[in-house]
Amino acid sequence: MDWAVIQQSLPEFAKGFQLTLWLSASGIAGALVVGVVVSLLRYFQVPVLGRLSGAYVEVARNTPLLIQLFFLYYAFPVLGLKFSAATCGIIGLVFLGGAYMAEGFTGGFNGVSQTQVESGRALGMNQWQLARYVVLPQGLALSVPALAANVIFLIKETSIFSVIAIPELTNTALDLIGLYYRSNEYLLVLVVAYAIILIPLSLLLTWLERRVRYATFGD
Amino acid sequence: METEILKVTHLNKFYGARQVLFDVNFTLHQGEVLTLLGPSGSGKSTLLRTLNGLEAFQAGTLTFNGQPVVADEAHWQKLRQKIGMVFQSYDLFPNLTVLENITLAPVKIQGRSAATVQAEALALLERVGLSAYAKAYPRELSGGQKQRIAIVRALALHPELMLFDEVTASLDPEMVRGVLEIIKQLSQEAAMTMIIVTHEMNFAAQIADRVLFLADGKIVEDTPGQQFFAQPQTQRAQEFLDSMDF
Ligand SMILES: Nc1ncnc2c1ncn2[C@@H]1O[C@H](COP(=O)(O)OP(=O)(O)OP(=O)(O)O)[C@@H](O)[C@H]1O
Ligand SMILES: [Mg+2]
Repeated sequence: MDWAVIQQSLPEFAKGFQLTLWLSASGIAGALVVGVVVSLLRYFQVPVLGRLSGAYVEVARNTPLLIQLFFLYYAFPVLGLKFSAATCGIIGLVFLGGAYMAEGFTGGFNGVSQTQVESGRALGMNQWQLARYVVLPQGLALSVPALAANVIFLIKETSIFSVIAIPELTNTALDLIGLYYRSNEYLLVLVVAYAIILIPLSLLLTWLERRVRYATFGD
Repeated sequence: METEILKVTHLNKFYGARQVLFDVNFTLHQGEVLTLLGPSGSGKSTLLRTLNGLEAFQAGTLTFNGQPVVADEAHWQKLRQKIGMVFQSYDLFPNLTVLENITLAPVKIQGRSAATVQAEALALLERVGLSAYAKAYPRELSGGQKQRIAIVRALALHPELMLFDEVTASLDPEMVRGVLEIIKQLSQEAAMTMIIVTHEMNFAAQIADRVLFLADGKIVEDTPGQQFFAQPQTQRAQEFLDSMDF
């Protein structure tokens, strides 16, 4: 283990680190928006859109991100749609993540007890008021653990972006290894870099889960 | 006791292929307290839920305040503001304070002024002895307190008819009386019209103007309260009272 090698590589890794953070953050933000819309369309069984949403979730969850990325990067240009590698990465993450997030939200909405929904109905609430005052506040709180797991999962998935040559963390490490044949050193930095992102984040998310659960249900 | 508030004629209700209410007929007058009694599974909850549209019925008619009830969801949503219901499971909204639980529907659904509703809610809380808990969350309350709040929440909509489905059944014995007191007050002081399903026979005997005795989805007796408890007309009802140790 040569520390000088590690030290020299740090500026390079810092760039990859930033890119991984940026791609993850944008992808996750987009996935949350897509997820909540898709899951509401399904929960309220909106004609046509509800079914389309269901189909989307199935397709996105049952194809590998790798293939989705190849599709965006190599097949779309043939159709005249050309995106930069980073844009493809974000679109891919939103496409895949949106489906996982939708499943997370759906689980939360379905977890709202039938007696709560019935209490709302007995007070004269219509569909929209039920969503606004009963299903959303409680369902969102219930879905936090699943969403948190998806956040971690999606960050790890960004390592696949190396196949379309986005210089994020994994790609940086693979490049350096190819250039200098120092796999021990570079892989160590890579592992540490992911750990720096993922360990504090998962602690934070666990804390958040508890906070939200307590604020909503008091247990 | 002249004005008819609710009239039920030839009501039949099925769950799938299985019939659970058979040709139910009765009339409820303004200010009247009707107690619905019957063995477990006789259809008491189902009947109550049918009366505010939480369950659909397949045949028969309902008339509320002289108007035939149009049994679609949009009409029921309006009607449910006039027909309050309290369930056995005291389902307050856990993410809202007591006061917010009470004011939510009058403000957001009926569109009444927040200040007026709030003042009224506080007065109602005072009446049930819980004004100290306006800012508390349901998790800080006992079962009996929650159930009293659930009653207040329903009353805040200014219902003309209240339906109570075994509201004390899941409470500890020492909590039961407080809740029953409130229902009694509501009848005596506010002359609220109500239909009560209960297993508390002493309470039923005190409060019931009339008893509907239900067995296997059929009304077996429709008798004035005093008379029912002193001397029911049918063997079925007598056996039921015996089984309840009354
Ligand atoms: N959602 C449902 N689907 C199918 N059958 C049901 C449903 N709810 C109730 N039933 C059936 O309808 C019949 C009447 O039930 P209901 O709950 O109205 O009785 P109940 O008189 O309220 O009984 P209890 O005193 O135990 O509360 C029972 O045979 C019950 O099994
Ligand atoms: Mg019942």
